[in-house]
Amino acid sequence: MSLYYTQKLLYDLNRDPDLRARYLADIEAVLGCYDLTPEEQRAFRERDIGLLYVLGVNGQLLMHMSAYYGMDHVAYRAAMREGVRRHGPVRAGLYAMTTPLDPERP
Amino acid sequence: MSLVFAGIASHGPAITGRAELADPALRDAFYAQYHRLRAALEAARPDALVVITGEHFANFFMNNMPAYAMGMADYYQGPIEDEAWLRIRKTRIPGHPELSLRLIKSIMQSVDLAYCQEWNFDHGIMVPLHFLTPEYRLPVIPVNINCQGPPLTPLHRSWAFGEALRRACDAVPERIAVVGCGGISHWPCTPDAEKINAVWDREFLARWVRNDRAALTSYTDEETYRDGGQGGFEIRSFIAVAAAAGGRGELWYYQPMPIFSIGCTVAVMNIEPALTGEAA
Repeated sequence: MSLYYTQKLLYDLNRDPDLRARYLADIEAVLGCYDLTPEEQRAFRERDIGLLYVLGVNGQLLMHMSAYYGMDHVAYRAAMREGVRRHGPVRAGLYAMTTPLDPERP
Repeated sequence: MSLVFAGIASHGPAITGRAELADPALRDAFYAQYHRLRAALEAARPDALVVITGEHFANFFMNNMPAYAMGMADYYQGPIEDEAWLRIRKTRIPGHPELSLRLIKSIMQSVDLAYCQEWNFDHGIMVPLHFLTPEYRLPVIPVNINCQGPPLTPLHRSWAFGEALRRACDAVPERIAVVGCGGISHWPCTPDAEKINAVWDREFLARWVRNDRAALTSYTDEETYRDGGQGGFEIRSFIAVAAAAGGRGELWYYQPMPIFSIGCTVAVMNIEPALTGEAA
């Protein structure tokens, strides 16, 4: 579990346009600089917003990714919800979902 | 001279970034109150604007997280967010480092705080400035209270910070305005981002308007998280403003707006001439 470094990578990406350009051009080179588990690497590699959300990334760090990937707020929230559906409840942090996954089944 | 103006306002990024998706009547009524806040701020003829906010990992991270931080830079930059996403153009905001230094030295008599000679503003400051100083001419001095990365400063310390800021303002010849920014209940950046606990918000604002120190500082973080979400931790900004102003508040606007992920809030507070706190 290296949630700290997962969040550190997002913090750095959000602050540094040059790093962001490198990340978008050659993700492996950037991922190699951070102490990430295979699952965390996979979340970045596959642009899996939902998995990053479930891993417990602070939402304020993660939301910048919606701009990198051109997602509107509807698509972004759907990606988080889909993450919970596929990977289970949020595992850490403060940004857990508080509504039922399926509103039809409380 | 002293503290000459105190107010609070919401700072959610959707206020500017998703403006067209809001009900035009509600949105424009909210914007009108923000413009009214600007007019009142200008009428107070401040030499500098202290903005107290909870920022969102634009500058401070869990490698070295201050509970309280204050800007001491010649200038600041922002927004750190994508311009098109926030719909606020990247710009340079003037600071007032020499005034910052005097305020910081005074505040340090009772509250330890970090100082910052570089600071990239995020929506937490840029959205308020977009409404309050759209020409970016008024010198700004930012204050961050960590509301994001627990452990968080206790509410009674936010109160103490507000009192220390007031003493600092009263000890300098400049005219200082303070605006606290943030949200009350909100669950931003989650799938529940349209959720708002208006009952909890109104109770908080009632306590704020009557400047009830005991009631304002009585929330536990567990209660806030349960009733107000992780965004609710930002009540620290509003509490600090109440402590600094010391008077009674006047709520100009409160309206839950799910598309903005918050109950949109604008309020001002009278400046009590002499605080009666223990160190006043």
